[in-house]
Amino acid sequence: MTNVSVTVNGVAREAEVEPRTLLVYFLRETLGLTGTNVGCDTSSCGSCTVLVDGESVKSCTMLAAQADGRQVTTIEGLATDGQLHPIQEAFHRNHGLQCGFCTPGMIMAAASYLEENPAPTEEQVREALEGNLCRCTGYHNIVKSILDAASQTSGVKG
Amino acid sequence: MAITEKYVGRSILRKEDPELLTGQARYTENLTAPGMAWMAVVRSPFAHAKIDGIDTSKAAAMPGVVAVFTAADLEDEWGGPLPFVWPITEDIKIPVHWPLTKDKARFQGDGVAVVLAETRAQAEDAAELVEVDWSPLDAVTDLEEAAKDGVVIHEDLGTNVVVHWSHGGGGDQTIFDTADVVVKERYHGPRLIPNAIETRACLAQPVPAMGEFTLISATQIPHIARVTLGGTCNIPESKLRVIAPDVGGGFGSKLNVYAEEALVLVLARRLKRAVKWVETRSENYLATIHGRGVIHDVELAATNEGKIIGIRVKELADMGAYYQLLTPGIPELGGWVYMGPYDMQAYWYEFTGIVTNATPTDAYRGAGRPEATYVLERAVDALARKVGKDPAEVRRISFVPKFLEARTAISGLNVDSGAYEETFDKALEIAGYHDLRKEQQRRREQGDLKQLGIGLSSYIEMCGLAPSNILGALRYAAGGWDACTVQCLPDGKAVLKIGTSPHGQSHVTTWAQIAADTLGITPDDIEVLHGDTSVAPLGMDTYGSRSVSVGATALHFALEKIKDKARTLAAHELEASEDDLEFDGGTFSVKGAPDKARTIADLAVSAWHAHSLPPGMEPNLEATAVWDPPNFTWPGGTHLCVVEVDTETGKTDILKYVAVDDCGTVINPMIVEGQVHGGVAQGIAEALYEEAIYDDQGNLMTSSMTQYLVPSATEMPSFVIDRTETPSTTNPLGVKGIGEAGTIASPPAVVNAVIDALAHLGVTHLEKPVTPERVWRALHGTNGGAA
Repeated sequence: MTNVSVTVNGVAREAEVEPRTLLVYFLRETLGLTGTNVGCDTSSCGSCTVLVDGESVKSCTMLAAQADGRQVTTIEGLATDGQLHPIQEAFHRNHGLQCGFCTPGMIMAAASYLEENPAPTEEQVREALEGNLCRCTGYHNIVKSILDAASQTSGVKG
Repeated sequence: MAITEKYVGRSILRKEDPELLTGQARYTENLTAPGMAWMAVVRSPFAHAKIDGIDTSKAAAMPGVVAVFTAADLEDEWGGPLPFVWPITEDIKIPVHWPLTKDKARFQGDGVAVVLAETRAQAEDAAELVEVDWSPLDAVTDLEEAAKDGVVIHEDLGTNVVVHWSHGGGGDQTIFDTADVVVKERYHGPRLIPNAIETRACLAQPVPAMGEFTLISATQIPHIARVTLGGTCNIPESKLRVIAPDVGGGFGSKLNVYAEEALVLVLARRLKRAVKWVETRSENYLATIHGRGVIHDVELAATNEGKIIGIRVKELADMGAYYQLLTPGIPELGGWVYMGPYDMQAYWYEFTGIVTNATPTDAYRGAGRPEATYVLERAVDALARKVGKDPAEVRRISFVPKFLEARTAISGLNVDSGAYEETFDKALEIAGYHDLRKEQQRRREQGDLKQLGIGLSSYIEMCGLAPSNILGALRYAAGGWDACTVQCLPDGKAVLKIGTSPHGQSHVTTWAQIAADTLGITPDDIEVLHGDTSVAPLGMDTYGSRSVSVGATALHFALEKIKDKARTLAAHELEASEDDLEFDGGTFSVKGAPDKARTIADLAVSAWHAHSLPPGMEPNLEATAVWDPPNFTWPGGTHLCVVEVDTETGKTDILKYVAVDDCGTVINPMIVEGQVHGGVAQGIAEALYEEAIYDDQGNLMTSSMTQYLVPSATEMPSFVIDRTETPSTTNPLGVKGIGEAGTIASPPAVVNAVIDALAHLGVTHLEKPVTPERVWRALHGTNGGAA
């Protein structure tokens, strides 16, 4: 077993886990934060995307132990004091989700991307989403949501 | 206070969103039960192999392992095999499918044993140590090879050719001999892997002393699962509750009853504790149904002018190793729509179903109708090339003229309404068709390396499944009705209990909009409950683009009952005659005396406390309606795809995609357009990217998302969406349904576009997916067939 101490959504969390435990299962099962989803086993789909020290990471491709001592933000940590994050609101306004399973990963990837590039073109947004698969929306409204979020604010914080 | 604002027809934002946006969704994977054990399935690595013995001792000794069971160990648990509910012919051969296989494995992924352990990792670790003594056999996955019966997969059936169904034909078959022109084509439709982003999962919770079970499952069909699993698992229906919580997409792949659902139930009974199973993606590729897997031979008959007069189709369909819930019914569903929107005089369709050593096939978005539309619309373009006409003109002169009352089509069914030319003209206008042809011509003359192609697809679709009497005539075991209960609560709000089972399609918002217009309250004040057989026991679930046309019509009739009862109570309270009352915005008022009024909310309170009800009236303002549709519904439309094909690399880019669809009355345009976006994306993927490939030993070569190309946002264009609204005559709402239409229309639009880009270079045929390699080979003289 190995000890993992992580700050998740601003709260210090600590647990003993098997060294092979992936970050996504640490979040979901050890910490009970089930908002981050598992959609594949080849790091292809991006449903598991979270922020680690502000950078978007596929949490299925990282060991919990590698997150030791770091700051993790999950979908549960985006809204503050009951107020939705601008990206969450933009997804709602633009029907950027249907079944919702890819949505947390999409939103976290978008949050990170808009920090890097606050005023992207449609093509840039599509490229930025290459690691996040959706089967319901055809991406049309997801792209629209992210462009809308970008136009609402610049320098959106994750 | 009652409101007069109306919601139907407006793009109001979704009630479903808040939990999904904030990580509070209740997908099956997220749910747990105290003391639950985890199940892992031991699966055959071979496509075809005898099982000479299974040694579970090493697995059973692993840490945390509770039990290991083989098929033999669980034989007494079953009341019957996994459900198959559509024996489409009297002489159909049925490859019986038990939850675990005992004598031999018949496809790579076939389950042979289960391991139960305290944690998921322990179960999966131990599953690797179950030792199966395999004797591999020759395998066959090629459809035409399998039909030769060199390798017979079910010895008890004696053949792999398990079913043959003929539509019986319509019209004058001699046309195929006498027509000016007959185009003959052969098309392959490879297997597709549905890839809902949520894999399957299920959790069975027993109350052993009561003989009660709750099954939570990522399913599209909680009601059908309850009825059928009761039989398979020897559990009385009344003791089995099935819950579809939040479900992360289905597309038909969760329109099924699977081995793992049956296994968690009987194991929960055996172990007297809850049992959970979550599918990995790689497992999903083997253990969850595939779509399509077809070969078509088509003859399209026409006049010299290109007017289409008849179609004759013979199909071979890959059933896979066993039937799942509907397997041979899928080609048959398509068998009614090969005429498309065209005014034909002759129709013939038949198919042969063949068992192979591969994952079972079943419904995948469109279920038979994409296959039909692809074959027809590809042949129409081939016809246009043969008679030397613009493919738009050939379509235009062949459409059935606009009709607003139901009309019998050449395939024998009643089509509810259609305005095909109107929709077609709109699509061409939006796309700027004539300018596109000019640009295409310019590029051809200049020999541009990147050529332009324009592809059309004019389609109809048969959905709103389905009139129960027709289902009975087609030998389907269940009916096609659906139900809704409306409860007007004393606090003025309302609850709807619906029989459909949404998994992304926004039923909650859509039904709330419809109810709001009658009840005079906002959609925010309407709760819509679904997917739990103890909460909403009446229903026939979600598939076949049936939910709005059947389910929302049941809502409509429940609302009518509410209005009728409320009117009687209002008349009683207002001491007026029912005929003197007006109704709008949830309020009954006396004609000419608008102050004398009662709202539905007022009446709900009166009906609840029942202090003074008219004689014979039951307390509570609640009503249930069950509606059996008298007909299918028939959306239609025209899609137009513009591509740029790089003649050096073979790569195709979509420059523009226009979809003009007619799904009748539109309740929420934003939601309808979202369904078209998603449907079109899956069809584009079918045309350009996706193909499940088996090798000659039956190994699935495209075994993960790294090889099977589910497209990302970089592979998709933005879509241009418009519509016409020709109401359905099948239901009073005039709705037709839209869930599958995008996937039905799009593959031929894309493939026709690529061929169109290269036709002047001699390319007349390409198989899907139209990969760069296939295009390159076609340009360099090798047939654009299998790569």
